[in-house]
Amino acid sequence: MSEFDQLYREVILDHYKNPRSHGLLDAPDVQAEGQNPLCGDEVTVSLRFDGDTISEVGFEGRGCAISQAATSMLTELVQGKTADEVARMPKEELLDEIGIPLTPVRLKCAILGLGVLKVALHKGKGTPLPEEWAGADDLTIT
Amino acid sequence: MDDMSVTATTALDVERVRVDFPYLEELQGGKQVAFLDSAASSQKPRQVLDAMSRFYESSYANVHRGVYRLAERATEELEAAREKVRALLNAESSREVIFVRNATEGLNLVAYSYGLNSLGPGDAVLVTELEHHSNFVPWQYMANRTGASFRMLPLDDNGELRLDRLDEVAGDDAVKVVAVGLTSNSLGTNNPVEQLAEWAHERGAILVCDGAQAAPHRKLDVQALGCDFLAVSGHKMCGPSGAGALWGRAELLERMEPFLLGGHMIRSVGDEVTTWGALPHKFEAGTAPMAEAVGFGAAIDYLAGVGFEAIEQHERALVTYALERLGELPWVTTYGPPPEKRAGIVSFNVEDVHPHDVAQILDLDAVAIRAGHHCCQPLMRKLGVVATNRASFYLYSTAAEVDRLVEGLHRARRMFA
Repeated sequence: MSEFDQLYREVILDHYKNPRSHGLLDAPDVQAEGQNPLCGDEVTVSLRFDGDTISEVGFEGRGCAISQAATSMLTELVQGKTADEVARMPKEELLDEIGIPLTPVRLKCAILGLGVLKVALHKGKGTPLPEEWAGADDLTIT
Repeated sequence: MDDMSVTATTALDVERVRVDFPYLEELQGGKQVAFLDSAASSQKPRQVLDAMSRFYESSYANVHRGVYRLAERATEELEAAREKVRALLNAESSREVIFVRNATEGLNLVAYSYGLNSLGPGDAVLVTELEHHSNFVPWQYMANRTGASFRMLPLDDNGELRLDRLDEVAGDDAVKVVAVGLTSNSLGTNNPVEQLAEWAHERGAILVCDGAQAAPHRKLDVQALGCDFLAVSGHKMCGPSGAGALWGRAELLERMEPFLLGGHMIRSVGDEVTTWGALPHKFEAGTAPMAEAVGFGAAIDYLAGVGFEAIEQHERALVTYALERLGELPWVTTYGPPPEKRAGIVSFNVEDVHPHDVAQILDLDAVAIRAGHHCCQPLMRKLGVVATNRASFYLYSTAAEVDRLVEGLHRARRMFA
């Protein structure tokens, strides 16, 4: 596999060009947004719950392929899981899914959606935030 | 293209220049790096690195005050570097040249020492939509702290300043400070600082000029510009990181409060009150970036040896060529003025491909460009984009590197189309 294919494997480009769960939900139970000022990536995530389970996810955003594709992949990962499960989900789980080597700068692009999602869960269900995002109402990754 | 149009219009022998730059000996995937990010920071010629090594090996001690020969030699070298900066900027006296870490620190010095102490309600600071955050945020902050108003001069669609709107933007407030960059780091626009200085002085304001993007590429003359302060970064002009300079008019510097307090900047320290040292020492608290200043001086010698006119011509030819090549691509949008009004900087976007993805794909071919907001978020908002790609050229850049950039853009486009 060439360096390029490693970096932008087909699945990433597919999620970027055809994002899943794209568009914010009408009347969501909770919504959060975040930015990565470094690349100007923006992601907003809206959620609906069925009890403690995430029943629907919708996101909007603009930014680089990694940030948007990763958020799209994330929506597939978390649908049907409980708020607690997702709040405890380590970022490695998403990174495994993305499956490409990421430099520290691009890593921030990749985990933006996850951070915003955890902030939304925190707002909606009071789940704990990861230490690095403690106290966040919305998320800015710097 | 071969180098025909470049070599035909300039005396700069780029192949000879490139021999001086060790970064070109480090291959990436078997290729020399096409380093098109000099506006962020330039590469360093061996002459600068050698000058710093020599200083550390043979003349190193803390400057001033020391009575032994090593300290004397170190002081002489530091002051020789100051004199080189003075000559570079055509300042009247080296007393007016203050060593700082970089242009940002120089501009903060002015904002704190001059702005904080002279602004108040009813006053205004006027900046431009083109400003780098370094000449924008300190003034916005000082305006907010002092109750002064903060005004922004808009751009036209070419990325040039709307001088015709100066009076209107200033309004009825007493404009005390006009802050403007000589060359935009995003669009490459060369701004009419002379005219702005004249306007500022008519209103009783000072003009604070960010020279960081201009000083590497053309010979500056603070007296001809008519500005009151000018800040430059050594690292953008072949010098090491950590050394820059602020020039200011002596009569203003003398009236100003100090910025950093501590050793070396004092005249006498009493139990209750301290008095300040003479210029430039009043603004140079603590141990100076000595080796860095020596390297900065060596960089000035190096650039002067190549010739600023030759450098400027070389870059103009490259930026003209780059705009021409990018203009052939219907899926590329370039920003900013025509080549004759800009420095060697091109900001652009590739349709449907985020700049970070573009930059990453180019890096696979060892082409280094910058992607992001370039510390110009107000300008990005004006352009209606979140980020751009930016290629910037310097004395070691070649037309072949522009070709590699264009090839890489085709590749990015193919991947994302």
